[in-house]
Amino acid sequence: MPAAALPAPVPSASNPGGIGLSGWGNYPKASSELLAPQTPTGARDHLLARSGVIARGAGRAYGDAAIGTQSTISSRGLNRMRSFDAATARLTVEAGVTIADILAVFEPRGFFLKAVPGTKFVTVGGAIAADVHGKNHHRDGGFGTIVDSFRLALPGGEIVTCSRSENAALFAATLGGMGLTGIILDATLRLLPIETAWLRQDTRVAGNLDAAIDQLESSASTTYSVAWIDCLARGAALGRSLVYLAEHATRRDKDTLGPDLETFPSLRTSRLAVPELFPGWLLNRASMRVFNELYFRRGAAHPGTPRLVHWDPYFFPLDAIADWNRIYGRRGFVQYQCVIPLDRARRVLAEILDRVSRRGDASFLAVLKQLGEGSGSMSFPLRGYTLTMDFPVTDALFAFLDQLDALVVDAGGRIYLAKDARQSRATFESGYPGLAALRDIRQQIGANSRLVSHLSARLGI
Amino acid sequence: MTGTKSILVIGGSSDIGHATALRYAREGWRVTLAARDIGAAQRNADDIKTRSGTETSVVALDVLQTGQLGGFVAGLSPLPDTVVCVVGELGDQSRAETDPGLAMQIMRTNFEAPSLLLELFAQAFATRGSGTIVGVSSVAGDRGRASNYYYGAAKAGFSQFLSGLRNRLALAGKVRVVTVKPGFVRTRMTAHMKLPAPLTVQPDRVAEDIFRADVTRPRDVIYVARRFRLVMAIICALPETIFKRMRI
Ligand SMILES: Cc1cc2nc3c(=O)[nH]c(=O)nc-3n(C[C@H](O)[C@H](O)[C@H](O)COP(=O)(O)OP(=O)(O)OC[C@H]3O[C@@H](n4cnc5c(N)ncnc54)[C@H](O)[C@@H]3O)c2cc1C
Ligand SMILES: NC(=O)c1ccc[n+]([C@@H]2O[C@H](COP(=O)([O-])OP(=O)(O)OC[C@H]3O[C@@H](n4cnc5c(N)ncnc54)[C@H](OP(=O)(O)O)[C@@H]3O)[C@@H](O)[C@H]2O)c1
Repeated sequence: MPAAALPAPVPSASNPGGIGLSGWGNYPKASSELLAPQTPTGARDHLLARSGVIARGAGRAYGDAAIGTQSTISSRGLNRMRSFDAATARLTVEAGVTIADILAVFEPRGFFLKAVPGTKFVTVGGAIAADVHGKNHHRDGGFGTIVDSFRLALPGGEIVTCSRSENAALFAATLGGMGLTGIILDATLRLLPIETAWLRQDTRVAGNLDAAIDQLESSASTTYSVAWIDCLARGAALGRSLVYLAEHATRRDKDTLGPDLETFPSLRTSRLAVPELFPGWLLNRASMRVFNELYFRRGAAHPGTPRLVHWDPYFFPLDAIADWNRIYGRRGFVQYQCVIPLDRARRVLAEILDRVSRRGDASFLAVLKQLGEGSGSMSFPLRGYTLTMDFPVTDALFAFLDQLDALVVDAGGRIYLAKDARQSRATFESGYPGLAALRDIRQQIGANSRLVSHLSARLGI
Repeated sequence: MTGTKSILVIGGSSDIGHATALRYAREGWRVTLAARDIGAAQRNADDIKTRSGTETSVVALDVLQTGQLGGFVAGLSPLPDTVVCVVGELGDQSRAETDPGLAMQIMRTNFEAPSLLLELFAQAFATRGSGTIVGVSSVAGDRGRASNYYYGAAKAGFSQFLSGLRNRLALAGKVRVVTVKPGFVRTRMTAHMKLPAPLTVQPDRVAEDIFRADVTRPRDVIYVARRFRLVMAIICALPETIFKRMRI
């Protein structure tokens, strides 16, 4: 791709009634008819009547995964819970129910979800379709591992139940399949019993990338671990991070570390809103350096001593700021997330970080995590390390990211589809060996030309 | 009856009915949803049970089958502590202008049938000596407009019915009547319409206000959002000579 050219969204044919849709990154934007069925069968009926269509949950995927080339079927009306069995911790909900919803209802009753992404405002359908991972993926696996079964509406209108024993190939292709096998209508999940709402968190300072990886590696038996990297640190401090390790606090932990705290305190709902489209220039090098410095110091203030942190700020720190994605302004931003297999991780991540730090416009959001294997044939995770960064969209960005892709491809890694807005077909194909299985299934269920997102059209899925 | 209180929602397939029942269920009330679409009501009942942990049930009722209303109320056991009627139909105004059958259906669904039904509850509650009747009417009943005057006229009738019923029951002092006048609510009924954001509320706002007006801070007539009381006061104050030329 020429350096200055922005990849244009795949043009959709004349689209009467279309509205401008984009993902969380506000890039790209494309016109698509937005349908809002109020029942699962209503969603199936829309699917049956249309082509160039894809499901959309909460729109938290960053790029073009949840934008149909012609039509987009919102699952937000599929927001009913079905049943809960406390004895087995099995919960059945419609696909538009969000993780926030589930936690609001079940956390006070002592249940959590074993796999949660960095925002609670995603739907169950979206979490399955991206087989999302949390900070414990290396140990416990991703969202797919807590899914018992789901019902899927196929392009031909049939509704099939999928699980590890029933329609197993369809089940595997749908976990991480980015909506390209049908519309998930509802799902049965296994919840995780917890004793308190608290995490026992231990913060460590890592002076550079090697130290950060050492820390993550040596704490591989800890349930939750993540390193926040100061992207602007250079030279010997390249990859300077705070490593956050955590376990669900038991009742005894809470009684020792926070005897005055309630076991399940009610959630504060007050939110801070980012004003309507913050100008992008606020995110320049200087402002970010100050931010990173503050963040690093605040975290370093109490390293080494465990303390209690509520699950909400621990797992979902950005959720406290409504619409934070607007700080990047109208042109939007790209979140770059790659995974590098274990044996190549140190060298390749150092190279990527070095290039990013020299460029100097990556955001405060640089996150390093360990991953294990994914559950589905198209799942993003593989055993290795994943690095995530935000970049404001500029003319020069795409050529730069293509260079990073080359390092990732060379190391046998891949780029996360739930974040992607721009990778090339070659990068994609080299990263996802499960693609052939997905294509077979799409052929069998008649999904080609019927279930088409801007992402699938761009990548030739 | 001692112990748990119970609520019956007529129109339990609707978004406002669902939200209202859930609000009461969160306080431990037992919920019964009556609806002509029993599958849709069951979907809501399952949701309410899963979220709140309280018992729910559903019962079939088409309020336009007015001959069956007496049997329906007589067959309720136990009689609920609160009955909320959210039945309504916006209807297609321009079609109703040339289709008397549709015009009749709009008027019957919004006024005639709910009034006949709630009269029966008034009698049953009075006999028992307690109960709250909540009728969901609309701001559309405060002044007739070109865009929905069959609906608006029927809601006006329903509001007046509730007012009179409240007046009658207040003299005995045991049964309460609450009139609810929503403005714009984001529901299935308005899914196809562009609604003015500052005046539009979600169904759970209506639910919260109903619960409050019934249980925690008793009121007779509520507007949701509250600012609609002022909006409607202004609209009602406009002289007819001016109003008739306006498009609102
Ligand atoms: C702040 C933030 C932090 C994040 N952190 C993480 C993280 O830590 N780990 C991680 O894995 N991800 C993370 N993500 C990404 C996010 O979890 C995924 O993109 C997720 O898929 C979004 O769910 P959604 O409901 O918003 O779906 P959408 O964004 O609307 O859709 C995403 C994909 O799911 C498909 N889909 C949605 N609903 C259905 C359905 N009912 N049936 C079939 N397909 C469907 C869509 O077609 C699309 O391909 C983060 C996102 C944000 C904004
Ligand atoms: N949404 C708004 O902006 C708004 C504003 C002011 C007032 N309101 C009032 O609020 C109430 C609830 O409306 P909503 O917005 O939640 O829309 P809705 O979902 O369309 O609710 C209407 C309800 O009435 C039921 N109903 C209609 N005819 C019936 C019949 N013959 N027998 C039994 N049930 C019948 C419907 O059942 P089915 O599911 O079987 O059709 C549905 O449950 C209505 O009275 C409406 O007029 C709404």
